[in-house]
Amino acid sequence: MKLITVSGPPSSGKTSVIIKSIGELKDRHLKIGVLKFDCLVTDDDNLYAAQNIDSRVGLSGSMCPDHFFVSNIDDCLNWAIGQSYDILISESAGLCNRCSPHIKGCTAVCVIDNLMGINTPKKIGPMLKMADIVVITKGDIVSQAEREIFALKIRQANPDGIILHVNGLTGQGAGELATLIETATEIETLVGKELRISMPSALCSYCLGETVIGLNKQMGNVRKMKLD
Amino acid sequence: MNESDLLEELTIKDLLDKYPYSKEFFNINGLPIDDVKISIRDYINSLGYVFLEDMGLNQEDLLKRFRSFMDRMKAIREEPAFNIRDITILGGRNKSEKPEEIDLKICIGEIICIVGPTGSGKSRLLADIEWMAQRDTPTRRQILINGSVPPRDWRFSVEHKLVAQLSQNMNFVMDVSVGEFITLHAQSRLIDNSEIKTQEIVFHANQLSGERFDMNTPLTSLSGGQSRALMVADTAFLSTSPIVLIDEIENAGINRKKALELLIGQNKIVLIATHDPLLALMGNKRIVVKNGGIKKVINTTSNEKKGLLRLTEIDNILMKYRESLRNGQLLEIGDELLC
Repeated sequence: MKLITVSGPPSSGKTSVIIKSIGELKDRHLKIGVLKFDCLVTDDDNLYAAQNIDSRVGLSGSMCPDHFFVSNIDDCLNWAIGQSYDILISESAGLCNRCSPHIKGCTAVCVIDNLMGINTPKKIGPMLKMADIVVITKGDIVSQAEREIFALKIRQANPDGIILHVNGLTGQGAGELATLIETATEIETLVGKELRISMPSALCSYCLGETVIGLNKQMGNVRKMKLD
Repeated sequence: MNESDLLEELTIKDLLDKYPYSKEFFNINGLPIDDVKISIRDYINSLGYVFLEDMGLNQEDLLKRFRSFMDRMKAIREEPAFNIRDITILGGRNKSEKPEEIDLKICIGEIICIVGPTGSGKSRLLADIEWMAQRDTPTRRQILINGSVPPRDWRFSVEHKLVAQLSQNMNFVMDVSVGEFITLHAQSRLIDNSEIKTQEIVFHANQLSGERFDMNTPLTSLSGGQSRALMVADTAFLSTSPIVLIDEIENAGINRKKALELLIGQNKIVLIATHDPLLALMGNKRIVVKNGGIKKVINTTSNEKKGLLRLTEIDNILMKYRESLRNGQLLEIGDELLC
């Protein structure tokens, strides 16, 4: 079993890129399952179903999405092994930019689009900077120069990663991504494996449902801004 | 001792003086510089646990990233990105598994058109070129550079992108002025004399477009024609990619002949996906794509070249009317087209 973690800001084109790549992988007679991690609602399972792709959805609801991810991913891998998939792709949005679902020893993909502006690579943390493959989307609607500037910024943020341009609409570049996914490392279990970087922490009264504002309601892991 | 070992022993001051682009390493990773007199290694070791945890970093990874950053940027700055004389397309097979009988060499300075109906395989052909296919794509084509197999790592290298693209759907999205934009592009190539380049590009872009603009014009306020003109000039002078793919730039409001000349003049290979006869006949050859394969390659005939003169006349007449419309005049359509 190969596990591929795909992450990226909302609406960057993760689902389209995954669907196009799976199309290529299916042509190569591989069996693939997808996990979609989201917060409130998602319609992406319908998109996957429309393409005859098996998927499961995990909604984190009131929990921190990446903590939810990490406490479920090993069960998901066991499920995928039970389904005898060759490849399991997990899709999750990095909502606070400090999150990253990437695991040591599993191929990590970050999807980011050309419309996000040249300061975005700086703002996105480990999800981008520690990815093995960075997929840039929406290159068909911005100028060549902007594509080149953006690619360099990503190169600076992640000097070792493979940078790939994929068009989520036409699928251009998806075959190349599929080839990279195909050659990912096999794993048998996630138990004992490590995240590439610790997740953001929070353990305070507001985690537990507190809604009232004020010093006497702030308990646990609380940090204060410097304002002067 | 290798060079990256040496680099991390440098003080931050020496590093910044010697390699000005290293500043971006600190910037993009959100690392504040307080004391420039300590070495990079000491700096990284001095970063506190809470800070690193906040930024999603760790010391080991950061040092590794520093070395990779410096290696990559050095490569971008020093390597002449490409030294290409020609590319060769060796045929694979079409959708019906029929072999393509093709061995096409395209040299710097050539203009090649790609024609064929939607879904015939034009995009796949371009993707094969862009990916430098080595019989490992569905078409089984092979692409050679200067007659030999290109290094495999070029596929994923930002500085070895073979194809630059220009299409009707592309827009500028950055909120900066024309001058700032070109400077940013030049800086992204780590080019020093960006000022001269900027002037050159704006000058040539104005030659291509009917409506003038300057350094201070906001990028996003350019008209369609001005944008296309700037994209062409910028690609000609600043893009490292030796192949320029032009996709359906039909009525872009720019002088297409001059645009092609500009690109060719900067040692590019120009590929045009078009069904506009005026553009198609400007090419030396056209590749006819059908059923996922290259069906044949047509050399533009002398008869067609003669026809191009006639087409150019017709185009000039239309341009004249367009200009009249722009100036608020009544159109007096004569019988120029009939003779």
